[in-house]
Amino acid sequence: MTARTLYDKLWDSHVVRREADGTALLYIDRHLVHEVTSPQAFEGLKLAGRKPWRVGSIVATADHNTPTQHWDRGIEDPTSRVQVDALDANMRQYGAKAYFPFRDRRQGIVHVIGPENGATLPGMTVVCGDSHTSTHGAFGCLAFGIGTTEVEHVLATQCLLTRQSKSMLVRVDGALPFGCTAKDIALAVIGKIGTAGGSGYAIEFGGPAIEALSMEGRMTVCNMSIEAGARAGMIAVDDKTIAYLRGLPFAPSAEMWDRAVAYWRTLSSDPGAKFDRVVAVDAATIAPQVTWGTSPEMVTTIEGRVPDPDKERDPTRRDGIERALLYMGLAPNTPMTDIRIDKVFIGSCTNSRIEDLRAAAAVVSGRHKADNVKLAMVVPGSGLVKAQAEREGLDRVFTAAGFEWREPGCSMCLAMNEDRLEPGERCASTSNRNFEGRQGTGGRTHLVSPAMAAAAAIAGHFVDVRRHS
Amino acid sequence: MQPFRIVTGLVAPLDRANVDTDAIIPKQFLKSVNRSGFGANLFDSWRYLDKGEPGNDHSKRPVNPDFALNQPRYRGAQILLARRNFGCGSSREHAPWALADYGFRALIAPSYADIFFNNCYKNGLLPIVLSESEVARLFDDVAAFPGFRLTIDLERQTVGTTDGSATFKFEVEPFRKHCLLNGLDEIGLTLTHAGEIAAFEAKRKIEQPWLF
Repeated sequence: MTARTLYDKLWDSHVVRREADGTALLYIDRHLVHEVTSPQAFEGLKLAGRKPWRVGSIVATADHNTPTQHWDRGIEDPTSRVQVDALDANMRQYGAKAYFPFRDRRQGIVHVIGPENGATLPGMTVVCGDSHTSTHGAFGCLAFGIGTTEVEHVLATQCLLTRQSKSMLVRVDGALPFGCTAKDIALAVIGKIGTAGGSGYAIEFGGPAIEALSMEGRMTVCNMSIEAGARAGMIAVDDKTIAYLRGLPFAPSAEMWDRAVAYWRTLSSDPGAKFDRVVAVDAATIAPQVTWGTSPEMVTTIEGRVPDPDKERDPTRRDGIERALLYMGLAPNTPMTDIRIDKVFIGSCTNSRIEDLRAAAAVVSGRHKADNVKLAMVVPGSGLVKAQAEREGLDRVFTAAGFEWREPGCSMCLAMNEDRLEPGERCASTSNRNFEGRQGTGGRTHLVSPAMAAAAAIAGHFVDVRRHS
Repeated sequence: MQPFRIVTGLVAPLDRANVDTDAIIPKQFLKSVNRSGFGANLFDSWRYLDKGEPGNDHSKRPVNPDFALNQPRYRGAQILLARRNFGCGSSREHAPWALADYGFRALIAPSYADIFFNNCYKNGLLPIVLSESEVARLFDDVAAFPGFRLTIDLERQTVGTTDGSATFKFEVEPFRKHCLLNGLDEIGLTLTHAGEIAAFEAKRKIEQPWLF
């Protein structure tokens, strides 16, 4: 039998039927739902007189619009409340395997709660009306974001009409140096292949540096596949995957667990499997990353400088750099360590898990944020992450350092709630997108790891966390 | 969905690469629970000089005269000409909804982000891929000739100047073409295979019961 990639295996095991032109009807095991991209889909379903095919596949939560403080006051923004109310009503009407509404103990960012509850399992197809669904690929499953029309299609048919992507292996060899994290791998890969480098591909991340990552770190890497242009990122199942899942609420147990594990052990690329493209990165050469522009590929290391557009020959690229520097308020050739910041955001589906909070707390411990930093906020990814962090005393480490300790949600990653940058404000952010206006109209975002964000909060400007610690 | 057969329309240029869906429709406008009404806020932070909020009367907002879509010569454009990796970032279908609601029927660019590309087809919006050099030539033509129009023929898979001086071929997947030409409801189509889906699911329940 031909050697198959992990992606081939996941794809083949979900094809219900194939059309002559290669379009396939792909069966969906897990449908994650949040309040922003689902109301129109449920409405469409109703208007057509259809019903969800299998509500047991649905795990839902409210995360994008929810406030991160004063939960006793409810959701004050009336337009945000309408969306959250719509999700509540749809869940009441149709039901789900699990729904974690606003203020529930297990509420949180949809890409954090799926894995931590065992609702994301190896071998699954996982979809959500959210591009960061790629996160779940860390568990050896095929996970990707879809639009609202497709959300409705999955609700109605439990399937998607789609085509197999090309396959790319991103092999990260060697070992990550001290002070570098999964986030730095993700940004370094995007810097290397560009934000369109993965377009048309499903990426498998492999190699010793990926194997060495915790499940949290693997989720961070897969999460940012979409920033490299790939809808799906994935990592083979190993002992760490299985150990993480054991005992979780929706993971199988007893005899069923053994059967599942036996199958999950087959979820890796066969030796000799062919990829359409292979990209090799040496982890030992990675240094802490900081973005300087308005696209995640506009990235350098903490030792680097803001680029000089005059040195760029490609006119579209030069134009892009000039536009980005104007928006970011940065002069060419500025050392990254000279860039002063106004706010710090530690959170998002990229970096809000317990390991991320521990890494940030370790840097912050016993220190205080700089005076020029108006706000440093920590937004745990879920209620469970928050509770765990509080058991470990991390909340007190942060608040003693002048940070705000908030309630879980997407928060200032995309600023749909009250948490946002004001025009011109500059932020060290552990999120995933530094697009114009992403964190608030006119706001300026620099993407970094949690440890780098914490160090910047203490110093008031970007610093090399390797020296800071 | 509105069928797409032949569209002849005015072309508007958006001369920048990596235009993300946050730029196409900023997040403050995603709070609507409807599919329509997003056109007024298409490219909001580039089109207007003030900060847009839902419910603003956009007819009273100060517009950015430098932004292409605000120039009188591009008013009523139905075809948007763009650079590579158009539509990257967030999966929000509000982006194609906003483009279609504004009046665009087709896009022309050297490449698109995958999710956005897919979302366009679901909304009767045709994302055409032409080569970098063909797109560069069209940017030159748009700048040189006020009122520059193109005719897109989906059946023949061609983009042509209205005077017939140039025609470009483009690729489109047969199934997507079929759905777009006929304005088909994909859910209805998929449900004609409901028996196969149910059989697949039943088999899966036996083989991997922990998934159910």
